[in-house]
Amino acid sequence: MSTEPEPEPERRSRVDDVTRRLRRQSLTGWPLATAIALLAVLYPTYIMSLQELETVGKYFPSLGDSVIVVVFTMMAVGLNVVVGYAGLLDLGYVAFYAAGAYTAAWFASQQFEQVTFHFGAVGIQPDVTGIHLSIWLILIIAGVFTTLVGILIGFPTLRLRGDYLAIVTLGFGEIIPQFVRNADNLHGFDLTHGTFGISPIDAPGFGETLSDSLGLPASYQASFDRDRLFYWTALFLLGVTVFACVRLRDSRLGRAWIAIREDETAAAAMGVPLMRTKTWAYAIGAFFGGVAGAFYASVKSGAFPADFFFNVSIFLLCMVILGGIGSVWGVILGGVILGWLNVAGLATIGTDLGIEDVPKYQFGIYGVIIVAVMLLRPTGLIPERRHQRELEEAVSDLPLYDAEHDASLGRGGEDRIRRG
Amino acid sequence: MADLLLAERVRKEFGGLIAVNDVDFIIPERSIVSLIGPNGAGKTTFFNMLTGVYTPTSGRIVFRGVDVTGKPPHAVTELGVGRTFQNIRLFQHMTALENVLVGMHARLKGGIFRSIIGTPGLRREERQASERARDLLRFCGLRGRTDALARNLAYGDQRRLEVARALATEPVLVLLDEPTAGMNPQETAEFTGFVGRLREDRGLTILMIEHDMKVVMGISDRVTVLDYGEKIAEGAPDVVQRDERVVEAYLGRAATA
Repeated sequence: MSTEPEPEPERRSRVDDVTRRLRRQSLTGWPLATAIALLAVLYPTYIMSLQELETVGKYFPSLGDSVIVVVFTMMAVGLNVVVGYAGLLDLGYVAFYAAGAYTAAWFASQQFEQVTFHFGAVGIQPDVTGIHLSIWLILIIAGVFTTLVGILIGFPTLRLRGDYLAIVTLGFGEIIPQFVRNADNLHGFDLTHGTFGISPIDAPGFGETLSDSLGLPASYQASFDRDRLFYWTALFLLGVTVFACVRLRDSRLGRAWIAIREDETAAAAMGVPLMRTKTWAYAIGAFFGGVAGAFYASVKSGAFPADFFFNVSIFLLCMVILGGIGSVWGVILGGVILGWLNVAGLATIGTDLGIEDVPKYQFGIYGVIIVAVMLLRPTGLIPERRHQRELEEAVSDLPLYDAEHDASLGRGGEDRIRRG
Repeated sequence: MADLLLAERVRKEFGGLIAVNDVDFIIPERSIVSLIGPNGAGKTTFFNMLTGVYTPTSGRIVFRGVDVTGKPPHAVTELGVGRTFQNIRLFQHMTALENVLVGMHARLKGGIFRSIIGTPGLRREERQASERARDLLRFCGLRGRTDALARNLAYGDQRRLEVARALATEPVLVLLDEPTAGMNPQETAEFTGFVGRLREDRGLTILMIEHDMKVVMGISDRVTVLDYGEKIAEGAPDVVQRDERVVEAYLGRAATA
């Protein structure tokens, strides 16, 4: 352990060069991300011409399908906080999706006929029974509510490690859908309308006042541009999710998550409170799942228990694994690929091949994809930055004393070494 | 000198095995104390109780006047106990700088909302933290390794990084678990000097588990010897060195007729 009596300029080492190269890469990365985002935003304007293309045209999903792809991608990005950053295998993420969807159903439908309460709801007559809040408000309520559900579930379960945690989350992922399926008669009170689900659910909108003054759409449902509006709103929500997740990853909390993933015991010894930090990962994952669920319920105009099976949790996990565990951009790519296969891709490919049944085997196909990824590219399509670096960066194995020695040599010295 | 840490009749049982048997132990402020003993003597178990990894079966541990018995590790760290591990436990896929920043976790404030929004106050805090982290890395001889992944560092550098990370928690007491394991004599000598500087320059108190007797005898103020979970000797290095029971524990009983 040497002391440095006076600060010297940082010595250029191989490692520094690698860092510099990576920084350049991330600079080229941002324009690329912006360009892709722009293409996504403009998709409704050129979708028609794409779909008119011969042979490939039919592979471009309709706007309605794209909304579903974007919503599922948003959930995958949220799940990535739990699984990717903090390394907590959560097999019950669908519970948060359900909690969000039912929050929207409770506060924007005729489910509770006993009361009539309207606040900011658009496109419905003022005398319609039930609670009708503005969908924007509901998205926030759903986020907060599922965060609380996440904390409640997380608190007892996050003491467990690894496989045990996965099994318990699996249990909670089953309990919540079973609960909504059966909560149509809680001492005579109908909370969820059982297997029928709750429908219709109000659509978003900005109301007449904002429509007249700012030109924002009054109600999505009544608009001719319904699909476009839902699509852009979904993209906006995904954008917010990605922004928040990237910022969190690079924050004090994000470092603590990754430290826990790397070595729980060491993290605790460095002052990271394990329970609190893990619960936050779980709660933040839950938040985005809840918002996505509430929004999707509004898009579908319904919350149905059949949508909240275990396979949704696995489907979202597949997106994360395919794209790259812990990598936000990877998870987006994984989400888009699997989401597209799910809503349209498999059916279209099936028609092409003359096999009608292709979508029936979807989970078999996803399984094959995951196996292939694990064999060929185990860190995913776009690996997390730190795993990428592991491969690129050579092991620094300079003997301790040489490092000191060549620091004292000037530029000429370095040249001499290189020549020698 | 006041006592920084006080352990009273600390005991740890694993099932029927008594790993640490009613050990009394004190660490005076600004001292360098070594804990030695044959393999399996209960040194690391004792360490783990001091840092909150294990809860003692019975007994009491007081650090700076606060009873820390059974407190979780992060709370003990927050009170000012930093540590390294016998088998290096760095965050492998994080850079040297990030490893040190994790060490600062308890000393930074950045919350969720401020992190997402990126307030000026938060940016300042992060900038200052990474400044301090760079200083620490330099202090520990890791200049130019700042952005290397921990797993790609050479062995000696990994040991240094463990110390830098422990110092980042802003400790009063540093616990080093076999810090010179795997070092060559020159590195060991250098490290011994470094430990001395931790006390002189930074006013730290140090407790270390060490097998290298040259290091132990060279810098310790006090040495405590454990054998089969019991304290068999304690005192100044030269006294302990001559203690019959210590010699016996290490070399076996002399063949007396």
